[in-house]
Amino acid sequence: MIVGGWLPGLVEAVVQSTSHARILQVRVPDWPGNLPGQHLDIRLTAEDGYQAERSYSIASSGAGTLVELAVDRVPDGEVSPYLVDDVLPGDALEVKGPLGNYFVWDPTDPSPVQLVAGGSGIVPLLAMARARARRPEAAPFRLLYSVRSADDAMYRDELEQLRADGLDLTWAYTRTAPDAWAGTPGRLSASVLADAVWPVDRRSLAFVCGPTGFVEASADLLVQHGYDPARVRTERFGGLS
Amino acid sequence: MAEFTRGFGARRRTPDPSLPPGQYLTDDFPVLSAGPTPRVPLDQWSFRIRTEKGPDTTWSWSQLMDLPIEDVHTDIHCVTRWSKLGTSWRGVSLDTLLAAVDTDFGYAMVHSYGGYTTNLSLDDLRGGKAWVAFEFDGQPLDPEHGGPARLLVPHLYFWKSAKWVTGLTMQKHDDPGFWEQNGYHTHGDPWLEERYW
Repeated sequence: MIVGGWLPGLVEAVVQSTSHARILQVRVPDWPGNLPGQHLDIRLTAEDGYQAERSYSIASSGAGTLVELAVDRVPDGEVSPYLVDDVLPGDALEVKGPLGNYFVWDPTDPSPVQLVAGGSGIVPLLAMARARARRPEAAPFRLLYSVRSADDAMYRDELEQLRADGLDLTWAYTRTAPDAWAGTPGRLSASVLADAVWPVDRRSLAFVCGPTGFVEASADLLVQHGYDPARVRTERFGGLS
Repeated sequence: MAEFTRGFGARRRTPDPSLPPGQYLTDDFPVLSAGPTPRVPLDQWSFRIRTEKGPDTTWSWSQLMDLPIEDVHTDIHCVTRWSKLGTSWRGVSLDTLLAAVDTDFGYAMVHSYGGYTTNLSLDDLRGGKAWVAFEFDGQPLDPEHGGPARLLVPHLYFWKSAKWVTGLTMQKHDDPGFWEQNGYHTHGDPWLEERYW
């Protein structure tokens, strides 16, 4: 991986995902393509030259030049409120990437894949699930997605569609659950996790992404359940802007 | 010059000369790790230095505690763009640990519990610039922040301050470690923005 300089991008479409998150499609003519799970840096420049840079996971993968991001608003943030509330199609920004070679799914790896997402941590895992859906011969996927409530789930409709197409999907709710859901809302428990994830003897490769507290807790639960720590890959959001 | 982003800048923060380029300030202490947090009991902990000459030099936890301990007040800068100013640590200087080590090599691979590695030059480890740190803000270092002990090399991006550190192996060349093989810069000076290669 050789990362070049800043590449110009143009926002092509914005779609509201939840009340606090938005999906952005950014056309980057010089984008070299990216692997499922990678991230990029964004640079915004104000008219007086002031700049801010942040890292975001990429929801898309493959060879195209249309890069999809999904940004959750951090209340006291500087960049995420702009991207969630203000940016419009036609607006210019810059990106650098793709970045990161470890939190990446390799479609030729025959291991079953266990995805564990908390909140906006779904973004790089969705990139993997989408890539898997394009390759029916690839390894089977399970996704455990923990959200505060159904309304807080990013990509809910698309994930339900992926479930219909074969993704083994389990929802977990921490605050409010739909009536039809059998469990009690709360922090992800050892038993919910054990019921949702691949059995230990399948030697699955796990990808865990979300806020730091969620990732710490669920990666610990996977290890206590018997997963090999070397086969649990994590990506944490610091809860920052 | 970069293209302008329409309407951006309303929520800007006051520029701080203590911040390297592209960094922003946090009061939080975020975590960057590639996997689950290892838990290492102190009675099983050890730190060793391996060279191309002679046997390893090894310290147990209690042997480490018997070495001179320094207070370190420093800013820290993560490659993921957060910086934290004025942090307080306690640890043993790498000058102390390397004092009796005989090597003709100029580089070290740092090894951690959990299998992670990062590469550093001895110039970046010597001269009062690096510590094996085991206290943060007056408390034992939390496992998610690298406890029982992590390397502290604050003049470089913070992934070089390897968490759960357990040893150094001298190397002739600056071979890349885990983080560097996965995209981060081989040196990592935040003031030069050596983030990626």
